[in-house]
Amino acid sequence: MSYVRYIDRTKAYYQAEGYDKPYQWAKNEHVPFAPLNKPLADSRLALVSTSEIASRRWEDQRLPLERGEAANVYGVAVDTPLKDLYSRTDSYDMNATTLDDVNSYFPVTRLQELVEAGRIGSLAPTAYGVYNAYSQSKTIGNDAPEVLQGCRDEDVDIALLVPV
Amino acid sequence: MGLVARHLEENGIPTVVVAAARDIVESCGVARLQFTDFPLGNPCGEPGDVEQQRQIITMALDLFETATEPRTTAESPFKWSKGDAWKAKVFTQEQPWQTPEIKNAWLENKELYRKLKAEKAIKEVE
Repeated sequence: MSYVRYIDRTKAYYQAEGYDKPYQWAKNEHVPFAPLNKPLADSRLALVSTSEIASRRWEDQRLPLERGEAANVYGVAVDTPLKDLYSRTDSYDMNATTLDDVNSYFPVTRLQELVEAGRIGSLAPTAYGVYNAYSQSKTIGNDAPEVLQGCRDEDVDIALLVPV
Repeated sequence: MGLVARHLEENGIPTVVVAAARDIVESCGVARLQFTDFPLGNPCGEPGDVEQQRQIITMALDLFETATEPRTTAESPFKWSKGDAWKAKVFTQEQPWQTPEIKNAWLENKELYRKLKAEKAIKEVE
């Protein structure tokens, strides 16, 4: 069976739910492409996730919005013990699967193993969480530049992005 | 997430997106996509299947070296272990995407977002 066309599927779904204006997914003709400029084995990789990855070690477990803050990009230390990481998101197919295994959507252990094996040079100390923003212009205008700045601050060469 | 990847690419940082929603990422347009045909939630492999996860992430890293042009999509060879029945059901009226509680929480957060935006706590760049 072919893969699910989510754009068409969600359009029909939300129309049936009574929403008359369908969500406009981003659609671009031009696609930027940056070539790899040093060997993978020497490159530092940043992990970026929309899974609302969170740490049980944080004092405040609420989302920034729930605290009345506008912050949309946040850091997670990649050396956080795996047992302390979890996802707060409800945006996954909960009828078909679970988010019980962090590495199935936030592959931090798998990446650490690949650093050990010498496939990549290192992991940036900070991984980035990006909350679903309700706004593409905010993602482009605020969130993406924040992730870029974080990458530059930690000398990141390449990035792996995982939408949940 | 595709929009963040595009911004990094524009600024010289190569990216790979690892995703299960192929059409959404390809519509947005990214440099490199590692696609796995799994339910939304586990784009990096099935829960508990360490070897499969390792193979998917390895294939994703390979794309940094093998892709020579944008819109390069690589498809993982794995099938969802419980079959494809989930595909017919996802986002259908017979199987609502969210429980009423979750939908309400989402709407409340959206309202909070609007409020913060009106108070200029959130700035949008047009």
